[in-house]
Amino acid sequence: MKKIEAIIRPSRLDEVKDALNSVGVSGMTVAEVKGFGRQKGHKELYRGAEYIVDFVPKVKVEAVVQDDLVGQVIDAIERAARTGTLGDGKIFVFEVVEAVRVRTGERGNLAL
Amino acid sequence: MIDKGDTAWVLICTAFVLLMTAPGLALFYGGMVRQRNVLATLLQSFAALALISIQWVLFGYSLAFGPDHGGLIGGLDWAFLRGVGPGPSSYAATIPHQAFMLFQMMFAVITPALITGAFAERKKFAAYLLFTLLWATLVYDPLAHWVWAEGGFLRKLGALDFAGGTVVHLSSGTSALVCALVIGKRKGYPKTPMPPHNLPLTLIGAGLLWFGWFGFNAGSALEASGLAANAFLATNTGAAAGALGWMFAEWMLRGKPTALGTASGAVAGLVVITPACGFVGPMAAIAIGGVGGALCFGACHLKSKLGYDDSLDVVGVHGVGGIWGALATGLFAWKAINGAGADGLFHGNPGQFWTQLVAVLVTIALAAPMTFVILKIVDAVVGIRVSADDEASGLDLSQHSENAYALSGSVVGESVSSAAGNDRMRTGEGAMMSALGKG
Repeated sequence: MKKIEAIIRPSRLDEVKDALNSVGVSGMTVAEVKGFGRQKGHKELYRGAEYIVDFVPKVKVEAVVQDDLVGQVIDAIERAARTGTLGDGKIFVFEVVEAVRVRTGERGNLAL
Repeated sequence: MIDKGDTAWVLICTAFVLLMTAPGLALFYGGMVRQRNVLATLLQSFAALALISIQWVLFGYSLAFGPDHGGLIGGLDWAFLRGVGPGPSSYAATIPHQAFMLFQMMFAVITPALITGAFAERKKFAAYLLFTLLWATLVYDPLAHWVWAEGGFLRKLGALDFAGGTVVHLSSGTSALVCALVIGKRKGYPKTPMPPHNLPLTLIGAGLLWFGWFGFNAGSALEASGLAANAFLATNTGAAAGALGWMFAEWMLRGKPTALGTASGAVAGLVVITPACGFVGPMAAIAIGGVGGALCFGACHLKSKLGYDDSLDVVGVHGVGGIWGALATGLFAWKAINGAGADGLFHGNPGQFWTQLVAVLVTIALAAPMTFVILKIVDAVVGIRVSADDEASGLDLSQHSENAYALSGSVVGESVSSAAGNDRMRTGEGAMMSALGKG
């Protein structure tokens, strides 16, 4: 099993969710996060004051999938999240040691 | 002879001007501070309303408008409102003396409340109350006497101030500068960003100020008449021109038109038209308001270069706007609009401009040193500034043990509450709030 963690533009969340569904990912966790990479922050103006806001709002999508789906899932997220400009985000992949469905006690791929 | 129409108008206008302080000014300022100080900021305006309402009926009205002593101050003849009854007065022949007194009360209330923007987010509440009481008594009451009372020396000099440009706006703006310098910068200013926490509140407040200002300016005619309609028209036109003036100045010089800027420009336009509204027509109001909006934008921008922390720009809007309004009255005033007024420079009477300049300088000369002395007294008695810890945790919590946005629905908060008994639940919530306030 692998955990796919994708930091994406908030505006691409619906597309990424649909793309994940269409390749057979049955569940995911999303969170609103802030951060920066190559895309720097933005400027805010309040009367005379000008503030540079470094941290840009992003959405983090997490999904744990069985090993043979990983390539398809990454491709799906890449296609759905890409706009071609700075700030499209990143995808990270982690090893997952175990998964448990709390209701039934199922383990491993069965629990996903 | 009491006129029913005039009386109804002035009483309604009194309520309009109350609305300017609370909730108008309260929300205008409340939205601009950080979340942890919003209640304290709202309360400063509400507390001014309560405190000065009492001060005014006890002795404030008498000091400001009572029988004159040497052109400088009213006596205590009208203290406790002795002799201020339902009949007419020498100030307004067609409305009850009490109605005139009440209308003036709302001006006395809003003026110290305007200053709160200069020391926002760091003044002790006890110090605020004492400061406000002393300032109203030692700055506002004498100044109102000089400009408006029978026998007041600026009134005899012929200075024009229809609705309080010098008495209300220049006095509060000048005192705000002294306050900002004496109390010092907020912790972290200007390195730490301190953006407004809720600009929608600020825009609601600005809208209420604009609305209430019709009472402030058109009510100052003290009669339901053509003069009131003229003041109403000049007021709306000045506010509109101010909003556009600030918006376009900011757009050209900073790249974007902003909501805060446009609302601030409307308030600046209202400030600058205040002394002039009963003496000028709508075309002059466009010029006065438009220049005022752009000028106040520049003044607020300059603040960041000068380095003092007038947190909500009382100096830039009310101080600079107050000066421009008083001087502009000396330029644009026209007897064809109001025969009881005077002609300004543009209508062939340059002397009026100099009289207005004298009124400006006299106002600054009273307000600045007196505010300094009052701050030193208050600091000696109760201390003006909260501790660094209290400032960091916010005035809402440190001064009032309250939290403005204790919205329910937090999963963690619910489990804390339900796990404890009834009494302990309260303690639990308190602990949560402290944690939130400090966070």
